[in-house]
Order: sequence, then structure tokens, then C-alpha cells
Amino acid sequence: MNQKETFIFIGRKTFLFFEDVGGIAILIKNIFSAIPKIFKSFHLISEQMVFMGVNSLPLVLVTSIFTGGVSAVQAAYQFSDYVPMRYLGTAVGKAVVIELGPVLTALVVAGRVGAAIAAELGTMKVTEQIDALETLALDPIRFLVVPRFLSGLVMLPVLTIFSDFVAILGGLGVSVFFLGVSSYTFLNGLKLFFHVSDLVAGLTKACVFGGIIATVGCYQGFKTYGGAEGVGRSTTKAVVLSSVLILISDYIIASMLFG
Amino acid sequence: MIVGAYSNTPLQMVCRITAGLDKSSPYKIYHMIEIEDLHKTFGGNYVLRGVNLKIEKGETMVIIGRSGCGKSVLLKHIIGLLKPDKGKIIIDGEDITEFKNEKLYKLRQRFGMLFQASALFDSMTVEENVALGLREHKILPEEEIKEKVKEKLSLVGLPGAENLKPAELSGGMKKRVGLARALAMEPDFVLYDEPTTGLDPIMADAINELIVELSDKLSVTSVAVTHDIVSAYKIADKIAMLYEGKIIFEGTPEQTKNTADSIVQQFITGSAEGPIKTH
Repeated sequence: MNQKETFIFIGRKTFLFFEDVGGIAILIKNIFSAIPKIFKSFHLISEQMVFMGVNSLPLVLVTSIFTGGVSAVQAAYQFSDYVPMRYLGTAVGKAVVIELGPVLTALVVAGRVGAAIAAELGTMKVTEQIDALETLALDPIRFLVVPRFLSGLVMLPVLTIFSDFVAILGGLGVSVFFLGVSSYTFLNGLKLFFHVSDLVAGLTKACVFGGIIATVGCYQGFKTYGGAEGVGRSTTKAVVLSSVLILISDYIIASMLFG
Repeated sequence: MIVGAYSNTPLQMVCRITAGLDKSSPYKIYHMIEIEDLHKTFGGNYVLRGVNLKIEKGETMVIIGRSGCGKSVLLKHIIGLLKPDKGKIIIDGEDITEFKNEKLYKLRQRFGMLFQASALFDSMTVEENVALGLREHKILPEEEIKEKVKEKLSLVGLPGAENLKPAELSGGMKKRVGLARALAMEPDFVLYDEPTTGLDPIMADAINELIVELSDKLSVTSVAVTHDIVSAYKIADKIAMLYEGKIIFEGTPEQTKNTADSIVQQFITGSAEGPIKTH
């Protein structure tokens, strides 16, 4: 690649980046304009809640058990000889509630739900189903995007609470069965520095992540073109972009809340 | 222009004009479509270069032209799915290119559209597909919606198909369900995008018969785009040919058959030799 081609490549990528930023901003504006008509869409929201929330429970369950377990093992390893094991529950609880619960739940949900949203809407776009909605005088933003967005906002915090609970159980199990720490010691440690504000911070993150997953999935679905290949491309982009945005926004929210 | 031919006094004329889209008006209005100097480009490529066309109430206008010449783009402009770069789409005297979303959605309730690949919602059953517009707009109570769906499915020759999913239907059946969905809200205008493409000749003829029957029975204003000349002759009151972004010919099926225009002749005879280049 010569110098000119490099500049063209960088220019094109920069242009596409700003096109995506602008597109997502417009989509968010349209979502908020359509929210007042939400009373027409309760049945659609409940369907999406089941899909995003209830159907994600097995995946979140498995992920969270091992997340809690590994955080106990890692904390115990780092504590060895320096920090008493009565703080193991504290370390696991803080890590899970503030960081691991919301972020890992969001990442696995981005993989499952974000990809599914992009694939479903992308297929609808290339098979003209979105145009068909328009011809039936139905606004695709109200009909397709708003229910997914609101479900994301509500169900990610719910899944995160479930994930926090399961991860702490996982940490407790590993501590008791493999690390020789009693359940009494672990739970006392867990209560020791527990602040409700930590839980609120974790759930705030989860809420933002839910919005990101739904918005990015819908955006990528809506801008799909080019048949099956295009649907595959949009699905990949949705997962990658939402994962990156989850990590970036995690840092921003953490800086704002704890910085 | 937009009032009926039965106007007698100026006051009545004004009343009829101001009645506009109000269907409860005792006065009928023409369901007429006028396209004026329509231009559209995609990424610098000219697709439409000044299309002018007028479709009268109750008329079936068939727009013919080669694949990729912009027929579907033109159809999507008529229902407001695409915004033109320049030009007007006038429906019953109002330029819809200036409509805000709210007004456009209201207007679309008067339209039905059959898509080339049917565009059925594959997560829904046939019944849910046909009833979607009625349910979401709460046009009828639930029991009447069920009756309406049955009626429309019978009309398109698919009684009892309510509980099937689109994946269980053949191409012809999908087109029929698409048509039932397009007709469910009793539209004033029906748009057909390649209604017979991908169907065997017998099924294509059955769809053509259906379109003619609907046009006669319901007296809707219809616009169909196709490159199937047999279908065009069968369903059209008028045929227009779109070539290089413009309407180059307009006439009845008989006039189309007998035209001296070499481009139209090449298209309708399906010859590779002639003014239309194959590459």
C-alpha cells in the first residue's frame, strides 16, 4: 500500500466512523421521539423482554458461576501471605457487583442478543420486510426498535442482578470446596464493605450496556445491504461494535462514579 | 382536477376539494396519482431523469422496462418509501414529497403494496401477516379482523391457510398472501412490484386473473411494474415504458402492440437486436 492509498484508506475509515456515529445519534433521537407512542407497543416489549431476558438466563447462569469461581481463585492467589482470607468475600463481592457482573453479562448478551437483533432486522431489511411495514403505515422505529431498546434497558439490569447472585454463589462454592474458606468467613467478608451504591453503580452500567446492545444491533440491522453476506457482515459488526462500546462506556461510567 | 366529474356549482367544487382525504365525506374524490418531473440518483448514478406520468382513478397502469431500469424505485416513490431528488408525487392533489412522517403514514393507510418477493414477516403466521395493519391501527374489533382475514384469504384463493408460516408456503402462495395483506385495509391504491416474477406460467396467470378481478370488483387505482409483457397485456388499462430514467411511451395494450417506437417494439418482442443494448 503506497502513501496515497494509505491516506485514502484512513480517510475512508474515518468517514465511515463518523457516518456510524451520526447514524446512531439519529437513531437514538428517533427512538426518543417514538417512546411517547409506547402504549401501542406493550405486547412487542413483553415479547422482547422474554427473548432478551428469560431466554438469556441459561447462558448468564453458566457464565456467572465460572466468573464468581475464577474471581475467588484469583483473589485467593493474590491474597496469599499478604491479606487475610476473611476478605475473600469482600474482594469477590466488590469485583462481581461493580465490574464483572455487569460487564461480562453485557458481553455475553451482546454476543447472543445483539447478534440476533442485527441478523433479524438485517434479514428483514434485505427481504423488504421493513419496507412492507412502512407500506402498512407502521413506523419501524416504533414497531421494531423501541421495544428492543426498552427491553435492553430493563432486562440487562435484571440479568445483572441474577448474574451477581449466581457469581457470588459460584465464588462461595469455590471458596468452600477448593480454597478451604468457610461459608461463614466468606459471607462475613462479603457483608463487611458492601455498599448499596456499588450495586447501583453496577446496575447503572447494565442499563447503559442494555441500551448500547439494542441500539447498535438495530442500527447495524437497518443499514444492512447485499443479501446473506450483508446480514453476516452486519451481525459481526453489531457484536464487535457493541463489545467495544461496552468497554469504553464502562471506563467512562466508572470514572464518573468512582473517579 | 381532483373533484368528480359530477361537480355542478363552484361551492360544491370547493366543498369537495376541501373534503380532501376525509373518507366520511359524502362527496367522492378521484384517487389519482400524478408524477411530475421525478429525478432520483443513487451514489451519483441517475436512475430517474424526469419521469412524468398520470394514473387516473380505477385505472391499472403497468410500467414496463428492463430489469434495473428504476421501475421499483419509481413505485417506492409513489408510496413515499423514497424521497426524490427533484420532482413531485401528487396524490389526490397533494404533493406527498412534502409530507411529514405523520401525514405520510396516514396516507399509506390508503395504499396496499405487493412486493416482488412478497416480503411476508417470517416470524408471523399467515393470519398475523394479513391482520397486522388492521390490528396495529385498531381499525376493527378483533372478531371482525378474523372475519376480514378469512375473507381476504378466500379472495386470493387460500382459505384455511391462516395458521401456516411463510416458510411453509410456495412462491405463488406467498404472493397471494402478500396480496391479501395488501388488500386487508381496503386500500384506494394498490401497487404491485413484479407480481408474476419467479412464478410458473400457470401461477402467473392465476395472479394476473386475480389482479384483474380485484381491479374490476374493488375499482382500486393500481400501478404494477413488470418486465413480464404477457402479464402487462393481461392486467393493464394503460402501459408505460420506462427507459433510461424517462417514460418514453404511454398507451393502451393495443397501442403498445402496434406502436412504431423501435425501443418499445424491441422490448415487447424480446429481441436482443435493436436500439436497447444488452450490456
